[in-house]
Amino acid sequence: MTIHNLYIFSRNGTLLYYSEWNRLNKSGITMEEEAKLMYGMLFSIKSFVSKISPLDPKEGFLYYKTSKYTLHYLETPSGLKFVLNTDNGAQNIRGLLQQLYSQVYLEYVVKNPLCQLNEPIQSELFKQKVDALIKHSQYF
Amino acid sequence: MVIYGVYIVSKSGGLIFNHDHNIPRVETEKSFNYPLDVKLTYENKKVVVAFGQRDGINVGHALTAVNGNPVTGRELEDGRDVLEMLEQPENFPITLKFSRAKMTTNEKIFLASMFYPLFAIASQLSPEPRCSGIEVLEADTFRLYCYQTLTGVKFIIVADPVQPGMDILTKRVYELYADYALKNPFYSLEMPIRCELFETNLQTLLETIEKSGISNV
Repeated sequence: MTIHNLYIFSRNGTLLYYSEWNRLNKSGITMEEEAKLMYGMLFSIKSFVSKISPLDPKEGFLYYKTSKYTLHYLETPSGLKFVLNTDNGAQNIRGLLQQLYSQVYLEYVVKNPLCQLNEPIQSELFKQKVDALIKHSQYF
Repeated sequence: MVIYGVYIVSKSGGLIFNHDHNIPRVETEKSFNYPLDVKLTYENKKVVVAFGQRDGINVGHALTAVNGNPVTGRELEDGRDVLEMLEQPENFPITLKFSRAKMTTNEKIFLASMFYPLFAIASQLSPEPRCSGIEVLEADTFRLYCYQTLTGVKFIIVADPVQPGMDILTKRVYELYADYALKNPFYSLEMPIRCELFETNLQTLLETIEKSGISNV
């Protein structure tokens, strides 16, 4: 099992944090452009899902799967978006994303007065904690 | 266990076939007193609930009838404006009927062409080389299966998340398409499929799967 990479977006589409562990394929565009492309895709998927859904959606989009990887998506009510790419074998990544939000983001970004919200996260401590959480999870 | 719909998208991204199977109707009728405790707004040519979910009336539901009279756009049949009418206390108590907006054919065509770039971007943003586009997309209310043939035609099935064997079904629909649509001399490629045999066979296939599962087909 592998975890490929992680994106965190703010509610207005700024890339707050990006990290990668096992990434073989570079998209061939700059990180900035890639983030925009990713956010645009997620935004479209969200509206696509709410329109095509036969019943009233509550959480909406959860994940999509391709032949090589699975993209897991978690959006908090405040609009923060966590996107994690793993291989297709990983199950129930949602718990991990929730952990990432409640145990790492809240603790080391929201509770850090020096971290500006809606701006890319610079904190070294946050980076270490994300890395530790991902590397110690059973999916890595 | 339900299958909600089958869509076929051509190589160029156009919707060439759609079949609604078992779309549940979400409807609530309720009588209200003045002042109204749900907030309504007018958007996309519909009067929709913007705030104040209650008793099965959810945000996003469209107003379909007032006192039993159907609403089109923001007007009643006799030309009265619904939102203005709801602001006047003398019209109350009033019975309003809300339902989840059904997709129109135009919206389906729009959604089909929207899926096309999503599929492409998903393969471009892949962390692994040589990756396909979206094969399964899951939300809390449905799961979407997409099978792209070598010729670029996409077979999309929207079903309940617990319905098993849907990836096999996409291939079965492909078979039906090859047998009944492509072999029909009156069908031209990339055009909407209007072949009776294809539709009846698809209908029977979906019904058997819902009744007895994928293993019997």
